This record gives sequence, structure tokens and C-alpha cells, in this order.
Amino acid sequence: MGVDRRQFLKIAGLSALAGLGAKSAFELLAPGEVEAALPLMEGKRWAMVIDMRRMTVEIMKKCREVCDDVHNIPDWGSPKVEIKWIWEEEFKHAFPDQENEYAADEVKAKDFLLLCNHCSNPPCCRVCPTGATWQREDGIVMMDWHRCIGCRFCMAGCPYGSRSFNWFDPRKAPKELNPGFPTNLEFPTRSKGVVEKCTFCDERLAKGEFPACVEAANKMKKDVMIFGDLADRESNVRQTLRRHFTIRRKPELGTSPNVYYIV
Amino acid sequence: MLDRVIKGGPKYWGWLIFLAVIMTIGFIVYLYQFRVGLGVTGMSRDVSWGLYIAQFTYLVGIAASGVMVVLPFYLHDYKAFGRITILGEFMAIAAVLMCLLFIMVDLGYLPRIVNVIFYPHPKSILFWDMIVLNVYLLLNLLIGWNVLAAERKGIHYQTWVKVLIYISIPWAFSIHTVTAFLYAGLPGRHFWLTAIMAPRFLAGAFCAGPALLLIICLIVRKVTRFDPGEKQMRTLAGIIAYAFVLNIFFFLMEVFTAFYSQIPGHMHSLVYLFAGMDGYGRLVPWMWAFAVASVVGLVLLIVPATRRKEDTLLVACIAVLISTWIDKGLALVIGGFIPDPFDKVFQYWPTTPEILIALGIWATGFFVLTVLFKMAVSIKEEVGA
Repeated sequence: MGVDRRQFLKIAGLSALAGLGAKSAFELLAPGEVEAALPLMEGKRWAMVIDMRRMTVEIMKKCREVCDDVHNIPDWGSPKVEIKWIWEEEFKHAFPDQENEYAADEVKAKDFLLLCNHCSNPPCCRVCPTGATWQREDGIVMMDWHRCIGCRFCMAGCPYGSRSFNWFDPRKAPKELNPGFPTNLEFPTRSKGVVEKCTFCDERLAKGEFPACVEAANKMKKDVMIFGDLADRESNVRQTLRRHFTIRRKPELGTSPNVYYIV
Repeated sequence: MLDRVIKGGPKYWGWLIFLAVIMTIGFIVYLYQFRVGLGVTGMSRDVSWGLYIAQFTYLVGIAASGVMVVLPFYLHDYKAFGRITILGEFMAIAAVLMCLLFIMVDLGYLPRIVNVIFYPHPKSILFWDMIVLNVYLLLNLLIGWNVLAAERKGIHYQTWVKVLIYISIPWAFSIHTVTAFLYAGLPGRHFWLTAIMAPRFLAGAFCAGPALLLIICLIVRKVTRFDPGEKQMRTLAGIIAYAFVLNIFFFLMEVFTAFYSQIPGHMHSLVYLFAGMDGYGRLVPWMWAFAVASVVGLVLLIVPATRRKEDTLLVACIAVLISTWIDKGLALVIGGFIPDPFDKVFQYWPTTPEILIALGIWATGFFVLTVLFKMAVSIKEEVGA
């Protein structure tokens, strides 16, 4: 994270173009508000890099909590009907194709943070019969909960298990597990019978904010999760990917996943 | 023509009432599922399709197999099948109806089903499946009705019906091919990612459908004055034998590729199905029942003496139905989801509401089948008398 010189100039320039003047740009980028002012709505191909070397159990737990709260994701207390947008999984389950009995202890012992990969070539969008799940121009794989017919073809099509179905009405989830549900009144709750998934927090990006998990994680440890535009050669994600060796989940399937892991 | 449907004996009415009771129970349980959500079924985040979609897949095969009596008659001028083509077409109608119902009860948000038409997405195989199935239903309704009406009046059916019949032949192959493509094009589901999925589907269909038809023919002969014919049933038995051998052959090809290559993803579903995995083996007894039924069916169908004898042929047909139903109406769909994308086993088994809804739809299919066959057989009895 953080704003480098190039990005600063870009923002300043854009602000000037918009007739805001240099002063406004400086105001926008006043300390503390730097992150909020990033022109996040302008990415061409959003991607995430997760630094697993520095990731901790606490951060992953926090990511899930924040995501559940921000998106009104109910806790059903059962893996059968569970809904999850971001979650933890052991290495061998996160990367079943990377079978390695003698992998480094720290990798084997660690849980990985999983979410929708926002594939560049998403099979879920291909199989959806109504276009209820589709790819935005900036690469985000979106869900329209008002168009979805609940056929669950996308769940069969997703090779990453990133999609959840509302087997019941989320508003009727057990109260004792979901105090204060819905937790975020600015975000819709879903109806029963539709599929949902991570949207890279499109609603936050539209306001120039980072995805909730990225923001929460970086508050606990700076740059443990990096979010940015792959189309921009000098973006934070591209710089990180140049510097570190990263792996992705099941790239051999040709889906071109956009979540990278530094191991 | 429809008046024949309401003229029946106590056995006919008793059977229809019996089916109507099961249909009503299924419908009431569906209302419960509609109100509460699909969580009342055994399906889960990991096994997101279950009994409904498996029945749908199986029945598309039964529907397509009508072509096995239509094709020899119209393309090869095999006159003997003229007596029973209508039965094949009517069986297809009942089967497609069941397919559509199984899709509908599986949808999470049924009222939005029209979105498939309002927002058509030709990239989705489901879009094409909707088209081929509905057109196939329409074709069989038009053909069946008009051919039967012509037979009743003792005239030849119109030329345009003949055109529809010729269209319906490749169309029957298309419905099961497209249904196979629902599965065969998904990355990461190794069990389904096989180029012989469509051939396998067709082979399975062309033995299961005629086996069911043959059993129904035997029943029709027993309860009515219409005899589908010795020669007809013998030819049907031959078709079943060839298709069933092919079906098992294709299945064994899958087993070879998986286990000789030793690629885990290709082996895992088969291992789960036949031996269990991580201590879970819900389907193991079923798969061995499949194996036994397959062997019994193969032996009885291949040996000419048992294929030609009516009682052993009946056993063979039942074995074929058991084998193909476990294979396609159960294992194919469930096995594709186990292990899940994380290489974990999360088991599936249908719940009581799920089974009651499925039985309700099967009863609906048999209700329609009975009524249509009653109409066809009554007219054939009148014409023959």
C-alpha cells in the first residue's frame, strides 16, 4: 500500500484536470486520508497479492470478521449451508495440485487466506444462463443478486469453491450466532435461493476505498495484503510481483486467477 | 381422442389415483421447500447439485431414447416398429416433462426462471439445454398427436408431420449431447471433464430408454388387448444389448484412463464412489450394486437364449435400469462434486423432503405416461378390432 510519487502525481494531475487545483489535491492527500483518496475506481485489472510469509492467524481471522460484518454474511453454524467470501484453508487444500509431502514446515502448517480469484477468464460467468454473474471491465467478477435464478451452475463451474448459495433466508439465521444482523445497513442482505461471493468490495472501490479485508489487514501489519491495478506497470501490485516469486491457485486450468500468494 | 382417457376400468383409475396421491404429497412438500429454501434438501456448499439434477440428467436420456424406435421405422423402413413408435414418442413427452419439473424444483428462485429468456446468454450451455428440451417436447407433442389422429381416421398423416419427424431424429441426439456438455466443459471437475461424456450419455440412454419401453410393452400386453408384438420386442432387446455393452465399455474406458494415468484428480471421484475416501463411503454399496446389476444385465442380454426368453429378458431390463440409474441418476452428479475443489470429502445424501419431491415428479411423469398410453392403446385397439 501507500502512495508512491508516481501515483501522487497522477492524482494531482487528475485533480487539476478536474479543475480542483493543486491545493485540492494536497488537501485530498492530507495525512491519514491518503489511502481514501486513491483513484481506485479507475483500475483496469484489479489484483491482490497476499504475503503469506507475514500473514498471521489473527489477521486472517480479522479479515473474515470484517468481511462478514461489512457484507451482512450470516453465520449458520454449519459447513453444509455455510456462506463465506473469504476464509482460511490449509496449504494442501488451498493448492491440491501442489502436492508436496516435504514442503517447508511453515508452509505446510499454515492456513492460507482464500477468496474469489476474480479470474481474467472466469468459467462462472461463462456458464451463467442469465448473466447474473458477469465480469466488469476492470476485471471484477460481479454478482447480481436480483437476476440470479439460483441454478448453481456457477458453483459447479468455479474450480476454487469460491461461491456460496443461500440455502435459507439469511435474515432468518440463528440470532444467537448473528447478534445485530444485518450488521451493515448500507449493504443489502440477500434473499434465499441466490448465489453470492466476494466482489473485491466493489461498493468500497467506488468510493475510493480499499477492499475491507485489505484495509483491516494492513492496519494490523502494513503491506501484508496488496491491492492494485495489474494493467499499470508501476502499480504496487506489479512492483511486488516483480520483486517476489508468487503462486496462484490452479493456474493450469486457464482461468487466469488474479489473487497471488507470496510463499 | 382425449375422451379415451376418461374411459377406463377400476384398475386404471386406481393406478391414476395412486399416482395422484404421490403427486399431491410431492407438491405439498415442494411448497414447504419453496417457503423455507433449498436447505431442506441434502445439498450443500460442496455438493451443490443432488438428486434433482441427477434425475433430470437420467430422464433426458429416457426422453432421447424415443428415437431408438422412431429411427429404425422412419430411416430404415423397419415396418415392425410402426406399431410402437407412438409409444416411444409418448414416453419421450413424459420424460421431458419430468426433466423440466426437476429443473424447476432445483432452482433457488423459481419466479425468476423467465430471466433465462429475458437475458439470454448463449455462452451458457444451460441456455441451449432449455431450447433443445422445449423444442423436443413440442416436436413430440405435434408428431405424436397428429400421427395418432391420422391412424384413428385411417388416413396417412400430413407431409409436414413427416418433416417434423425427420427433424426430431437428430434433435433427440442433441438433447442428450447438450446435457452432457453441461458437465463436460467445466474446468476443475475432473470426473466430468471427459470427451466421451456425450457418447457415454447416449449409450446409457439408448439402453435405459428401450429397457423401460420394453417393460411397459409387457405391461401393456398384459392389461390391454393391444399386443406390441413379439418381433418388436425382440428387436428392442437387440438394441438394448448393443447399447448396454457400449455403455459399460465407455465406463471402463473412464476407469482405464483414470487409473493407468494415475492422475489423482481423475482417480479420486471413482475411488470415493467404489471404495470410499477419508473414511467416507456413502455410495460404496450403491456402486457395487451397480457393478452386480451391470454384470447380470450384460450376461442376460449377450447370451441369445436369455435375451430371447421373456422372463429372463425382463430381469435383464430391470438390471439395465438399476445399473444405468445408479450410474447416471446418482453417481455421476454426486461423484462429480466429491472430492470438492479443496480435495476434501463432504458427503451428500438426499433428505426425506427431497426424496418425496422427486417421487412426486416421477409420479407426475408416470401419470402423463399412463394417460398418453391409454389414449394411444385405446385407438390402436379400435383400429385393430
